[in-house]
Amino acid sequence: MLQTLWNSRVNCIAVILFAVGFATLLLHRNLFKKILGLNIMDTASCLLLTSMGYIEGRTAPIIVDGVTDVTRYGNPLPAGLVLTGIVVSVSVTAVMLALTVKLYERYHTLDLDEIYMIARQEAGKEAPQ
Amino acid sequence: MSFAVNLPLFCIVASLVCSVVSSVLDGKHARWLSMWLSFAVAVSSLLVLGAVRENGEPITYIMGHFPHPWGNEIRMGLLEGFFSLVFSTVLFLCMKGAKIKLSQDLEPSKSQFYFVMTDLIQASLLVLVYTNDIFTGYVFIEICTLASCGILMIRQIGRTTLASVRYMIFSLIGSGLFLLGVTILYNITGHLLLPSLHEAAGALWQTGQYRIPLTSSICLITVGLAIKSGLFPFHYWMPDTYGCATPCSSAILSGLVSKGYIFFLLKVIFSGFGTEVFYGSGVQNVLFVFGICGMIFGSIGAIRENDIFRMLANSSAAQIGYVYLGIGISPEAGVIGALFHILTHAVTKPVLFLSASRLSDAAGGSKRFKDLQGCGYAFPLAGFAFSLGALSMIGIPMTMGFMSKYLLAVAGLEVSTKAVPTLLALALSTILNTFYFARTIIRLYTPGTPLARVTARKAQAPFGLSAICFSLLNLAAGIFASPLIGLLRQGLEYFGKVG
Repeated sequence: MLQTLWNSRVNCIAVILFAVGFATLLLHRNLFKKILGLNIMDTASCLLLTSMGYIEGRTAPIIVDGVTDVTRYGNPLPAGLVLTGIVVSVSVTAVMLALTVKLYERYHTLDLDEIYMIARQEAGKEAPQ
Repeated sequence: MSFAVNLPLFCIVASLVCSVVSSVLDGKHARWLSMWLSFAVAVSSLLVLGAVRENGEPITYIMGHFPHPWGNEIRMGLLEGFFSLVFSTVLFLCMKGAKIKLSQDLEPSKSQFYFVMTDLIQASLLVLVYTNDIFTGYVFIEICTLASCGILMIRQIGRTTLASVRYMIFSLIGSGLFLLGVTILYNITGHLLLPSLHEAAGALWQTGQYRIPLTSSICLITVGLAIKSGLFPFHYWMPDTYGCATPCSSAILSGLVSKGYIFFLLKVIFSGFGTEVFYGSGVQNVLFVFGICGMIFGSIGAIRENDIFRMLANSSAAQIGYVYLGIGISPEAGVIGALFHILTHAVTKPVLFLSASRLSDAAGGSKRFKDLQGCGYAFPLAGFAFSLGALSMIGIPMTMGFMSKYLLAVAGLEVSTKAVPTLLALALSTILNTFYFARTIIRLYTPGTPLARVTARKAQAPFGLSAICFSLLNLAAGIFASPLIGLLRQGLEYFGKVG
């Protein structure tokens, strides 16, 4: 049991990180910390992919010294997926930050509960939870 | 092999190019470009549909000539061609019908960016429909999310920003779960292309190896897409979002974007996991239960609303529940009911949003029910289109809504354990639907004095055209449903056929 855990320690860390990020994104009231949670979540997925793509003793698939043996090289696809994931995460973060700036300009707070309260007062009607 | 097999890729690339070009055009030309793009996509989808019919089996278009398990593929079947036809037609009609409203709601200097977003939505819907690669799907899910957020927040009133933040948070939770699911799936199978995934997942399921990771990845992918399409209990963003966005955005989001995610989920289930694995994992029962909850609670939410747009938004949550109910029942009849309901909702909800906006114009911009009294007389066409849409959502015979409820009920009867809950849920939700839609129609046709009878009476033509097209589509598909069901049935067979 412990041996299995130790062997898949990186995966465990990735899943824990994902859970931390997920909970922060879902439950935290502060908008900025929600964005941090989002980034932690994406990073955890990247970590999981990278750790699976890495095999001890293998190198990047660039042929050096004419060695064409497949077992010398790792699969480049996981790294490619991680890169794509990072690009997606960056663009999403940028949009979220822009929205946060807009909200702050209007409501002068980053606390979502407070923003809802202000919006509710402004609309003079019930705001959803 | 005919030339038509190249068209899906051309359409996707053309949408992306148009979105870039639109950003440097002025609003009017960008709108023109965007609309004709949708039209061109609709025509090419027809050609693709013809090519698939002729070929007699699904066509796989290999990009870069690397056959699977490498490379990236586009897959054309009957369902793919048909749904891209429906999606692009609805998008075209939405933009046509909301022409005047859009010019009022958008700042003239920024209006071209709206059409950048619609082009991107068009591109991502096409990719979600056609792609055969799960990671490509993920990337375009995110593009779709960002573009949807764009068409929400472009109407600059304070609440839209707040609503877009909510929308983004729920969407990001969904896509985060989806990405984790894809990662786990890739780790245990080593594949991203759906056909290879199908073989690998089937083999893993049979040997029982990696059972827990496989099941959890199925759960994560399903739940991720369900959250993004707004299944109960994750539908709380809907009323806020659809309530304050410009009506065209609400129509596109509820009619198309959420349906795109569901279609992609079905594609992953049928071509990726395989029905045996998915329906063996038990996840469908979760969808079934939450689908029923969505149907009931969405309708109850709609009854409690005092604002016509928020009512329609809650009703959308209920309709999403119907679709997931169908997916949860069974892989054959249930999914056909779900697919038919996707069509019903895609044709009905946009016209409801557009005509509601027209009616609220007659009430001087108010969305409250008490101000809408008698507005059906001020704009007869909008009143008619709204009433027909509402009747279709209730499920009156001769409309599409009746057929989808019928199909779902028949599908439910085939599965003994799910027959009673399905029928009860359908009955209860129909009663609730009737309650709030009938109340609205009665309110619209109670004689009263609309506040601003004269506002914007001019230029009804674009809205009228789109409302008539939507209503005709609804009636035609409701009356002549059997060829449509035949197409869906054959398409579903092609869907599962992996090769």
